[in-house]
Amino acid sequence: MFSKWMSRATLGALTLAATMGMATAKSTITVGMQLEPPHLDPTSAAAGAIDQVLYANVFEGLTRFGPDGSVNPGLAASWEISEDGLTYTFTLHEGVTFHDGSTMDAEDVKFSLDRARAEDSVNAQKALFEGIADVTVVDPLTVKVTLAKPDGSLLFNLAWGDAVIVAPESIDGIKEKPIGTGAFRFDGWLQGDRIELAKNAEYWGEPAVLEHVTFKFISDPTAAFAAVMAEDVDVFTAFPAPENLPQFEADPRFQVLVGSTEGETILSTNNKMPPFDNIKVREALAHAIDRQAIIDGAMFGYGTPIGTHFAPHNPDYVDLTGMSSYDPELSKKLLAEAGFPEGFKTTLQLPPPSYARRGGEIVAAQLAAVGIEAEITNVEWGLWLELVFSNKDFGLTIVSHTEPMDIGIYARPDYYFQYDSAEAQALMEKLAETTDPAARSVILKDMQTLIAKDYVNGYLFQLAALTVAKANVQGLWANAPTQATDMTAVSWAD
Amino acid sequence: MVERGRMGRFLIRRIFGVVVALVVASGVIFLCLEIVPGDPAAYMLGVNARPDTLAALRAELGLDGTALQRYLSWVSGMLRGDFGVSYTYRTPVSGMIYDRMWVSLPLALYALGLSVIIAFPAGIFAASRRGSAGDLGVMGVTQLGVAVPNFWFAMLMVVLFAIKLRWFPAGGFAGWDKGFWAGMKSLTLPAVALALPQASILTRVMRSALLDVLGEDFIRTARAKGGSRGRVLWAHGLRNALIPVLTIIGLQFSFLLAGGIIIENVFYLPGLGRLVFQAISSRDLIVVESVVMLLVFAVIAVNFAVDLAYGLVDPRLRGRR
Repeated sequence: MFSKWMSRATLGALTLAATMGMATAKSTITVGMQLEPPHLDPTSAAAGAIDQVLYANVFEGLTRFGPDGSVNPGLAASWEISEDGLTYTFTLHEGVTFHDGSTMDAEDVKFSLDRARAEDSVNAQKALFEGIADVTVVDPLTVKVTLAKPDGSLLFNLAWGDAVIVAPESIDGIKEKPIGTGAFRFDGWLQGDRIELAKNAEYWGEPAVLEHVTFKFISDPTAAFAAVMAEDVDVFTAFPAPENLPQFEADPRFQVLVGSTEGETILSTNNKMPPFDNIKVREALAHAIDRQAIIDGAMFGYGTPIGTHFAPHNPDYVDLTGMSSYDPELSKKLLAEAGFPEGFKTTLQLPPPSYARRGGEIVAAQLAAVGIEAEITNVEWGLWLELVFSNKDFGLTIVSHTEPMDIGIYARPDYYFQYDSAEAQALMEKLAETTDPAARSVILKDMQTLIAKDYVNGYLFQLAALTVAKANVQGLWANAPTQATDMTAVSWAD
Repeated sequence: MVERGRMGRFLIRRIFGVVVALVVASGVIFLCLEIVPGDPAAYMLGVNARPDTLAALRAELGLDGTALQRYLSWVSGMLRGDFGVSYTYRTPVSGMIYDRMWVSLPLALYALGLSVIIAFPAGIFAASRRGSAGDLGVMGVTQLGVAVPNFWFAMLMVVLFAIKLRWFPAGGFAGWDKGFWAGMKSLTLPAVALALPQASILTRVMRSALLDVLGEDFIRTARAKGGSRGRVLWAHGLRNALIPVLTIIGLQFSFLLAGGIIIENVFYLPGLGRLVFQAISSRDLIVVESVVMLLVFAVIAVNFAVDLAYGLVDPRLRGRR
């Protein structure tokens, strides 16, 4: 009796699932991700989750990142750069409207850029706009941006989620009801559970294929696994449990995308704190670390070893892993030369992500093998920001620097790892003044080599972008050149 | 007349106790979170923020006043029903709590209902057949129910009912706007997971309370008067066994309301527990303070209600103290 009822119920569920699949699978999708945005204004918070939901989907900037990290035209159809590199004249696309129906024109661009660089701005990446001296509206479709000095990375900076174009009319409600120009419009937020986007029928560019996108927030790795297996979500980006990926790879229902991110995961070292102010000690650290063992042990094999602070998928990347090859004997020798034949004690602060917590245990064991005793402390992000980042009260920490092209932090002597090198600062200044791509490439390569030679930090690995999706979802980004889940080209294969 | 005067004094004392408890709790909560290091503005703006940007955000959030000023404005706001504005979400905390209540409260009631529905018959059955195979079976199962961690049991249910059978979603909340049954369906696995240990405990309490009462002289007298086993159990036994059972139910309700954090994370439900969890990690102190305060209030209120219920069940308690 019971078994009969059960089989009938199962059959019913299957039929229901099948009909639902027929009716909806073609035009709606549910995307799981770990972190929920605190609010929905990408221009006033650092939280990557905001961009992961809204970047390119709801909000657009003058330029935008492509799936390979290249900078492409966005709301600006084209631009002209003056001979001296000080004036950028942007020509905007015609007929662009915000989701509330108002037109997007040069005034909105001026408003957005002026707001981001204003005195009382709370933009988390205010530094991106530092070079801008003036923004002028020439006509409704033309904007002139004048710089105080040449800045070769302006177009790149304007592609960030923090530089998207917003409207003065809707800015007050932006944290709860974001109004952008993208191919999807915001369609509701059940806080703690999901955010819904719907297709923007009035979109100015190539329209989205999907009618409806739901982002679901599942923080627990085990729950994330269950949600994918139960097919409650169709896609899970930045999948938090790499140990489960082989199971998805073996299952014909799913595909696993393994790409690269902008996250350089480093054993960050306090360069001002003895004994780390001694370059020999830092070099000893670099040779004490077996990168592949950390990748295998902490990330289940996903990740690329790095020897400097630069993304390996970038064309300007130089492979310098050889300079910090795994060599415990050399490491011990260097420590002895530095005056620490018996090693020394230090602290290792580990923030919550698994790359840090799992990786930290392995790093500590490897350091112990050469005589460095690293006392592990697990800290929450709030505490990490205060202890490590603001107060610089740490010896070592493990953290992934996820901002794209962030090698410039090595030119900031007050930055938390406190690397103060006149040479690095001069290089980055030169980079800012250089617009010629070939010359920029040379400078970037010099910079990578310099920080590798100075062993500023222990460079561990590039964080992998891990996405699990139903087998017939197409158009997803495999790489994560910025923290985005661009759904505009995603569709279901037949 | 005397009766009413006593009852009035009893009530006034209890209410005074409740107020003192609330004031002390608010001070302790505020102090604890004041000591915890971590700056909400730094958390919001991340690692590239400039000092002037941080200062601008701190001023915007009202974090630049002294601790005493912030405590007083928090408490006086709460008295007016205004819990302040969340640092990270930037929406009124009262609205957030209200939304989350619509998940946590039904979940707690659902679990408590299941717990009572299972525990009463099982406890009465075991007590009335003390020492039988049925009694041993109930005791064995409840022993297991107490011992099994509810999040582990929850995961097993997800594997069976969500991944294999697909009867229930693996988690998430459909929303009450999708209909009553859709909401209940989302809450069923979590409620069962929460109810299992509670039902086990309650069953054991029910059984032992009944057995204690059934050993009393007045039960023998009632039986001697010619009352049948069943009638004596219902009319005399059960009512007298209710006091300890009510105490446990009250404690369980407070626990279910406040203690759903782990289960809400396993099933990624947008309830109060998950709100607190997120708020703690993002240093959204005002949300943490207000939710914890609300839970303290709920626990105190439930205890108060249980005290009053004792009086209803047992008229003798109304006269005492």
